Amino acid sequence: MKSLEELKKIREDAIKKVKMRKDSGSIRIVVGMATCGIAAGARPVLMTLLEEINKRNISDVTVTQTGCIGFCELEPIVEVYKPGEEKVTYVHMNPEKAKKIIVDHIVNDKVVTEYSIGSVKK
Amino acid sequence: MDFYRSHVLICRGTGCTSSSSDKIESKLQEKLIEKGLDKEVKVVRTGCFGLCEAGPIVVVYPEGAFYSHVKVEDVEDIVEEHLLKGRILKRLLYKGAIDEEKIKSINEVSFYKKQKRVALRNCGIINPEEINEYIAVDGYMALGKVLTEMTPEETINVVKDSGLRGRGGGGFPTGLKWEFAHKAEGKPKYVLCNADEGDPGAFMDRSILEGDPHSLIEAMAIAGYAVGAEQGYVYIRAEYPIAVKRLQIAIDQAKEKGLLGKDIFGTGFNFDLEIRLGAGAFVCGEETALIASIEGERGMPRNKPPFPANKGLWGKPSLINNVETYANIPVIFLNGVDWFKSIGTEKSAGTKVFALGGKINNTGLVEIPMGTTLREIIYDIGGGIPNGKAFKAAQTGGPSGGCISAEYLDTPIDYDSLTALGSMMGSGGMIVMDEDNCMVDIARFFLDFTVEESCGKCPPCRIGTKRMLEILEKITHGEGEMEDIDNLERLAKNIKVSALCGLGQTAPNPVLSTLKYFRNEYEAHVLDRRCPAGNCKSLLSYYIKEDECKGCTLCSQVCPSNAISGERKKPHVIDKEKCIKCGACIEKCPFGAIARK
Ligand SMILES: Cc1cc2nc3c(=O)[nH]c(=O)nc-3n(C[C@H](O)[C@H](O)[C@H](O)COP(=O)(O)O)c2cc1C
Ligand code: SF4
Ligand code: SF4
Ligand code: SF4
Ligand code: FES
Ligand code: FES
Repeated sequence: MKSLEELKKIREDAIKKVKMRKDSGSIRIVVGMATCGIAAGARPVLMTLLEEINKRNISDVTVTQTGCIGFCELEPIVEVYKPGEEKVTYVHMNPEKAKKIIVDHIVNDKVVTEYSIGSVKK
Repeated sequence: MDFYRSHVLICRGTGCTSSSSDKIESKLQEKLIEKGLDKEVKVVRTGCFGLCEAGPIVVVYPEGAFYSHVKVEDVEDIVEEHLLKGRILKRLLYKGAIDEEKIKSINEVSFYKKQKRVALRNCGIINPEEINEYIAVDGYMALGKVLTEMTPEETINVVKDSGLRGRGGGGFPTGLKWEFAHKAEGKPKYVLCNADEGDPGAFMDRSILEGDPHSLIEAMAIAGYAVGAEQGYVYIRAEYPIAVKRLQIAIDQAKEKGLLGKDIFGTGFNFDLEIRLGAGAFVCGEETALIASIEGERGMPRNKPPFPANKGLWGKPSLINNVETYANIPVIFLNGVDWFKSIGTEKSAGTKVFALGGKINNTGLVEIPMGTTLREIIYDIGGGIPNGKAFKAAQTGGPSGGCISAEYLDTPIDYDSLTALGSMMGSGGMIVMDEDNCMVDIARFFLDFTVEESCGKCPPCRIGTKRMLEILEKITHGEGEMEDIDNLERLAKNIKVSALCGLGQTAPNPVLSTLKYFRNEYEAHVLDRRCPAGNCKSLLSYYIKEDECKGCTLCSQVCPSNAISGERKKPHVIDKEKCIKCGACIEKCPFGAIARK
């Protein structure tokens, strides 16, 4: 270690790797992963979400799974919780849609209304 | 960069490892590969979480799900249910993590809520075998700051101003000690770490070494810079193999990264660290004995002064501090003196780690701000006394400490309040006793330890403590006289002032404090030949409650000395002459008809 700068660089990188264990990130994305969710293709959706987050270096988001949400026919279901905002439930997800959600909703803060449960149920 | 959506932390402290957390770890790795999750889920090996009794502990992030008593067989469910489907396994949750309405994450569990983790800040959070994980939690930033921005004098002043006191027993102001070593004449100088941890029941130093070894390395390097030393030694007992191994890994990694060695941070400061193994005699924790032991001599204390700060290792100025003391150092530099002083009491800043044991629901390692009351520790954090029994006393300070009785439950705990009560902080052992513990027997138990561990160099300790033990044995056997109690007290006071080292000087504390708060129990043993707690075997007698005995004959069948007689379906009786007080009958009786008093 020849300088403090060098340490700081290692630290920046390393922080991202342990961040999850501090109080969890401010934005939470929850993927329904019960039997029907998995059958409907929730895993590729989950993987796409993770890939996109990683690729874009977004650091304040955690992705978790949940069990049955109760609308099996609408699976795969993804819920987005942003602090201070209403939960948004996206349904009939696929990897393409998942990408769009990361770009529009997470990065640009615009809810993708056409995928949300409200518009589907109408 | 690898990106994981979930981290599974597995406690690999001594406690959990001995209940198979190593197998849980390998099984988990195996399962993750099998399910193709190994690129998504990271397995992190950590040090002790503090709740060893509930171990093995596994925590899954980001939810912070806190699983206890995990078995190898549970791994499958954790993977299938939690990691694949995101369903938290209620059956594995630590009981304090289950609420009527919601599942509590590790941060909300009441065991941790009243704690303030400063010395243990990284234990159970980072992987101690990965230097980058320590760096991620600001590791080595304090060293960087000290070396690049501060003079040794300024460094010492920060430690002085923080009010940090030694956590290894005596509570001597750490900054002052650093200043003495800094000012002492002579070269080279040494920085030593006392990781002997001789107190039976205490394991905070071991946990820090196992869970966060880099914080010790960082602190010792800071100390080296402050006092002008380029070489440090950590003295650990060989019975701590995991701690030794992790510390060695940490030292190697720090060297590799240039955080130990030559020209650290390009400042020209050199510092190196080595481990020295101790054989594990209690007296070797005494600083002058420890130094003798590193030098290869027999670990026997010598007179002080001269203090180690002036004449220490190889006769050179040496700074010696305890592991927990050092663990506080980096955060003081990171968060500042004001922050540190805002925790704790006026004369005892910061926190103290206690090893809670004995009759308490949550045995384990707890770190509390100084000034927390005994009641909060025992009831809020410790979860109270099992089986609805009443609290009787807490023994603090290990074999050289004393007992605190129920009337002092609300005393805020710090160095001075404990000393005022006739006990002491010591290294932080805390053994909780309930109504079934006999205080005379407790005193005997600790004295037995002292007699075993006395190095024998000076007569008050070698002979005096032995005499005290004999008297205590006499009393617990129901053969004591009133003058024995007086003799005991006189001996205790004499040894306290005439022994050469701290071991002898504090050995009488358990006796003196129990005499102070529980003299009536001593008198009951002597005058009434009775042990009020029903603990001292020689003073007990067994009898059968006539009304409750159904005459089932079970007891007479198990009695090894044929002391029980009686006809079928009629009350039985115990012949006190024949009874050898083995207690076999009491356990056998299905009707609870046999009593002991
Ligand atoms: C008999 C005896 C045993 C001791 N055992 C230990 C020990 O195991 N660990 C420890 O840190 N200090 C122990 N001490 C205290 C040390 O002598 C010394 O005061 C301490 O390591 C200084 O560090 P500190 O100022 O950071 O507390 C013991 C003292 C005596 C008299
Ligand atoms: S007090 Fe006991 S342990 Fe200490 S030097 Fe004397 S004999 Fe040895
Ligand atoms: S305590 Fe043991 S020896 Fe005494 S009566 Fe019971 S079984 Fe027999
Ligand atoms: S076991 Fe209990 S109930 Fe049966 S004979 Fe003995 S004392 Fe009586
Ligand atoms: S299992 Fe997915 S909504 Fe029911
Ligand atoms: S060793 Fe695992 S909790 Fe202490």
